[in-house]
Amino acid sequence: MDTTYIFLQHYWWFLVSLLGALLVFLLFVQGGNSLLFRLGTTDEERSLLVNSTGRKWEFTFTTLVTFGGAFFASFPLFYSTSFGGAYWLWMIILFSFVLQAVSYEFQSKLGNLLGKRTYQYFLVANGVVGPVLLGAAVATFFNGSNFIVSKSNLTDEMMPVISQWANGWHGLDAFGNPWNILLGLAVFFLARLLGNLYFINNIREEKLIFRCRRQLVTDAVPFLVFFLAFVVRTLLKDGFAVNPDTGLIVMEPFKYFNNLVDMPYLLVLFLIGVAGVLFGTGKSIFSKTYTRGIWFAGTGTVLVVLSLLLCVGYNNTAYYPSTADLQSSLTIANSCSSQFTLKTMAYVSILVPFVLAYIVYAWRAIDRKPITPEELKQDGHKY
Amino acid sequence: MLETIDLSMINWARAQFALTAIYHWLFVPLTLGLAVVMGIMETLYVTSGNEFWKRTAKFWMKLFGINFAIGVATGLILEFQFGTNWSNYSWFVGDIFGAPLAIEGILAFFMEATFVAVMFFGWNKVSKKFHLASTWLTGLGATISAWWILVANSWMQYPVGMEFNPETMRNEMVDFMAVAFSPVAVTKFLHTVLSSWIVGAAFVIGVSAWYLIRKREKEFALASMRVAASVGLFAALVTAATGDKSAYQVAQVQPMKLAVMEALYEGGTHEPLTVVGTLKIPEMLSLLATHDTEGYVPGINNILNGGYRLPDGTTALSADEKIKRGKEAIAALADFRKAKASGDETAAETALQTLDENMPYFGYGYIKDTKALVPHVGMMFWAFRVMVGLGMYFIAFFFLILFLSWKKRLERVNWLHHVALWTIPLAYIASHAGWLVAEVGRQPWTIQDMLPVNAAVSKLDAGSVQTTFFIFLVMFTVLLIAEIGIMVKTIRKGVE
Repeated sequence: MDTTYIFLQHYWWFLVSLLGALLVFLLFVQGGNSLLFRLGTTDEERSLLVNSTGRKWEFTFTTLVTFGGAFFASFPLFYSTSFGGAYWLWMIILFSFVLQAVSYEFQSKLGNLLGKRTYQYFLVANGVVGPVLLGAAVATFFNGSNFIVSKSNLTDEMMPVISQWANGWHGLDAFGNPWNILLGLAVFFLARLLGNLYFINNIREEKLIFRCRRQLVTDAVPFLVFFLAFVVRTLLKDGFAVNPDTGLIVMEPFKYFNNLVDMPYLLVLFLIGVAGVLFGTGKSIFSKTYTRGIWFAGTGTVLVVLSLLLCVGYNNTAYYPSTADLQSSLTIANSCSSQFTLKTMAYVSILVPFVLAYIVYAWRAIDRKPITPEELKQDGHKY
Repeated sequence: MLETIDLSMINWARAQFALTAIYHWLFVPLTLGLAVVMGIMETLYVTSGNEFWKRTAKFWMKLFGINFAIGVATGLILEFQFGTNWSNYSWFVGDIFGAPLAIEGILAFFMEATFVAVMFFGWNKVSKKFHLASTWLTGLGATISAWWILVANSWMQYPVGMEFNPETMRNEMVDFMAVAFSPVAVTKFLHTVLSSWIVGAAFVIGVSAWYLIRKREKEFALASMRVAASVGLFAALVTAATGDKSAYQVAQVQPMKLAVMEALYEGGTHEPLTVVGTLKIPEMLSLLATHDTEGYVPGINNILNGGYRLPDGTTALSADEKIKRGKEAIAALADFRKAKASGDETAAETALQTLDENMPYFGYGYIKDTKALVPHVGMMFWAFRVMVGLGMYFIAFFFLILFLSWKKRLERVNWLHHVALWTIPLAYIASHAGWLVAEVGRQPWTIQDMLPVNAAVSKLDAGSVQTTFFIFLVMFTVLLIAEIGIMVKTIRKGVE
């Protein structure tokens, strides 16, 4: 295969992985929302929490949409296989995000039909369902899914669908594998941990922030247990390898461990990321005045997720393996767009740093003043 | 046992896409239109320093925010639905179709998401000019988003810039500029975005008229109506001009859509345009469709039976002949794959030659009945007339509002205030009628002449799609009622 084409496949897997990693970081919005009734004991406190995540939810939502668009453009076979097959898994994720999107704007407005509490429950529901299901979906990258791809079906006029799910559960079968649930729970507690750290950084209200710091411990412990269990098991289990010459998929013992050995820079990224999450969390627990933990834990989250997604896509690995038919497994080579499309999109991606720059600039402008009860009263647009 | 696609599942998938698109389009045009109106108002505030314009802009921003949230919510599903319900489509043309969606995310959605936050929360945190820039950039983000999604939609109507690759079994992009700047996309963008400005303008005028009826917020209402009518009149004129261009393009690239729009079964030269019933404008259809009063316009039966001369000098094939050649293309593709698998290069070359000869009709190979090639005539005929009729009404309406505003008599013409209020739903009806013409007229194709719905769909059971259809129906209806309720309460509360 053309080396430029191989480079472009890797480049786009990197970009998609980066978007995925940023999305997991931005799930602090969902994590924070899942704690709405646990941290906020009064209407005023809940208002502070909602208005705090309410100024960032658009970024999470947009990253989710862009993640989908980028995956579609660069790896369309994944898009058609996973979304069309794991129908219910994705639909439930989407339902929860739809409800979340209106809940901020609608909850405090007169005439909102369902009442404030209902919209806040929607936020909590999305805060639980979003991270758990997204985590479980990512876990299937390591553990496999039940699908068959047969491009020859296109020549069957009666049944031309090339990607088919091999059972009637359409994605809900992911929960039949406890290791998928484990990563789902790890992502859920990570999102809550990040939500706490974000509140500590963004809100100035003593009692509430005290509760956030206490909650950090409650969320950090299960996160570490679930995450470490998943990582250790993944490094020790057989992985889905692809022979680059023949394209044949085979099971390889310790595949993901071997990938980290073969690509030590991923191991470095992973370890720096884990250290960042631990440092940001630990210092925020032990120092009562420290507010910058979100930046260390957030950056750490991005690095850890990025390294895991690169580990499952690079080094001749099938990133979306099939347990129904091993040879249907998707790799970055057999599921990607054409060289022309990847190259054209690579030119577009040059604009990404510019986009990131204005996001950072605007974010800083909005966060210049921390959220306080007084600030909320002055602001014209309060949720 | 032979496996087949469940027909009811295909129809539920179509219904779900139609439902979610219709709901989404209830909110998008108002976002696009209000963005311009409130951008102008805030510009007036920044340039004049007059606090009145700030209060005015902030009021419309409040309504914009309510509408924007539900627009974002309903839009999420549309992108992912290409994968969830149209998975074969996603593979067959994902190499081309995915690119505009990705660019939309990278360039437009982040711009919208970033600057809408500054617009809502930045009044006390950023400078006046930065805030103004954020307001315009929010609207620009929404407009760029519209550009790329309309590029994608136009490509479904008029697929260009790609080639079929038998090795990968999909279409692949070979000319990005042809896709991104196809003439159909340019016209569609102008027509759709400017017609959305009409919705925004009609909304502002209607709400302002309600205040005048109630003898409230007089200064605010009159000023808002003046700004909105200026935007509306400009938009209505451009929409009419691009509508004409759009009809000409439809005649060239989707003749069946045009024939159905006109309920024209037997075409010919010197074709009149049917207004309604027996009222016809002589030679007008020929003129619109071919820019020549003597031009030949094929009817539905002509297109199905073929045999007429095409503009390039060749003779049109019948639908049966196209289906036959489509089946030959599909069979040749199967032969090509078999020959490749067995290493028989000669057989592969022969199959490839047959495939190339018949490739323009590939999609027809999946068509089981020629009747399926004719979109719903009644719906198309009336949707087109409603759109065009209301389009002409809007020109007169905005002109009258602007004229009376200039003459300072707008406040006194009570009947017009009631008309203005009822013009709000008319703007939505016109906008949706336009999309009905565009999308129903493309049926049964997901991509014109290339991929029909039965070959584009996901392999799901009808029950699953039916369930999600009703979940969306209930969810979006409840949210729409809530949105209208909030809007009404906010409007009743008035300007703060």
